[in-house]
Amino acid sequence: MSRYFTEDHEWIDVDGDVGTVGISDYAQGQLGDIVFVDVPEEGKQLAKGDEAAVVESVKAASDVYSPVSGTVIEGNPALTDDPSLVNSDPEAEGWFFKLSLKDAGELDGLMDEAAYEAFVAKL
Amino acid sequence: MSDHDDDDVIIETLALPLDGWHRARGGRMVEFAGYWMPVQYEGIMAEHLWTRESAGLFDVSHMGQLSITSDEAATDVVAALEALMPADIAGLARNRARYSLLLDAGGGILDDLMLTRPALADGESERVYMVVNSATKYDDVAHMIEHLPDAITINLMEDHALLALQGPKAVDALARLVPGVEAMVFMQAGGFAWQGHDLWISRSGYTGEDGFEISVPAEAAEALADALVAQPEVKPIGLGARDSLRLEAGLPLYGHDLTPETTPVMADLGFALFKRRREQGGFPGAERILAERASGPVSKRVGLLVEGRQPVREGASVVDAEGSEVGRVTSGGFAPSVGAPIAMAYVPAAMAVPGTRIQLAQRGKVHAATVTAMPFVPHRYFRGA
Repeated sequence: MSRYFTEDHEWIDVDGDVGTVGISDYAQGQLGDIVFVDVPEEGKQLAKGDEAAVVESVKAASDVYSPVSGTVIEGNPALTDDPSLVNSDPEAEGWFFKLSLKDAGELDGLMDEAAYEAFVAKL
Repeated sequence: MSDHDDDDVIIETLALPLDGWHRARGGRMVEFAGYWMPVQYEGIMAEHLWTRESAGLFDVSHMGQLSITSDEAATDVVAALEALMPADIAGLARNRARYSLLLDAGGGILDDLMLTRPALADGESERVYMVVNSATKYDDVAHMIEHLPDAITINLMEDHALLALQGPKAVDALARLVPGVEAMVFMQAGGFAWQGHDLWISRSGYTGEDGFEISVPAEAAEALADALVAQPEVKPIGLGARDSLRLEAGLPLYGHDLTPETTPVMADLGFALFKRRREQGGFPGAERILAERASGPVSKRVGLLVEGRQPVREGASVVDAEGSEVGRVTSGGFAPSVGAPIAMAYVPAAMAVPGTRIQLAQRGKVHAATVTAMPFVPHRYFRGA
């Protein structure tokens, strides 16, 4: 399984043709206390860069974009009851949605973990 | 991911006396009204709840502190200020604070403010101390210079910091450092001394809790802030929690819930229209405001309890059954002490009755909400033992 990051602070874990998407630890730290997450429904078609989810902190609402194109398999139901999972475990239990990838070639433009760390260090 | 809000254009962001103090304590600094200000320390939610149960120290040095005096005893400072706002200043006792509104000729709100008539020092004929909003302070001063007699001097006290200590244990913490403050009641003020520095302290605030606002010479601000956070009850709190606390307290925020497009009656601030002033008129926009007060405003500021978990924020529309916009949300967010999203909005008078169910539209989604009496969290001001 491989993990990739976007410049908009989403991560995607890829296992076969299934991707799991969330936001990075850096992103949750910037947002602060998460009070609401709106995740996409099963079957929704997403193009790379589409607004896929909304995450709301006490202060502000932010869009989460799909790192790649695909069809949503499921949104994380745990975030409905406990949106603070995004704060406490952003890169595991706090995942947003899973999708089946349309074109694995789209992953080529994304950063690996080391590249993302270097990217964040410059912000 | 990206924020929906666009950043304002930054011209020159200024540092206030406690800038280094905030940074040393891990405050996350953001540009606000032209200054670097701490938006949060450990997190807005925790800071908000700490203030409600203990005491929070807020740096509000960005606000404008004005000392208004007259160069000649014959010039009536009080009468001159009463011509610009609807407060009964003449009837205000010494060392008592009052909320008021700077109004334009049409009755629109230019700013909201707190004013006090301090006990006079030897040789003073009159003095009014005023705290106005940060983003409007230079406009306020310009407006007053234009409309007040030449003999009146307005001193913008930029050599002073302003701290707010808010919460049910604020009195315990402050009285340990400045004995005597515990004897004041809500909206009372007075001069005190701390380690040789003059402090001007009022028992007031912007959170709905008991608490104090402390004007301190800039050179003593760090030492006083240190002494306050050394008290076990006190933690530093950022602007983020200040906003969520004031929203729960039902207190409007200038530039958002109050603007030149709103009048005191529309804003549901009728308490700021004092009886003598209503009877005598003579404040800006009196004709319109008194007519509005008699017949009811077209639209009115109300509180909203929003269903579900998703916050509905400033800029969202209030929509009727056909989906047409009939009002606007002016403040909104998640309320930590309520445990749900709340908002303030301007709605048509017919919708302004508590219990009215309304619909809000935000980014293509409709949210149900109920008009509710404010505050959302009861005020706990100290009005006497």
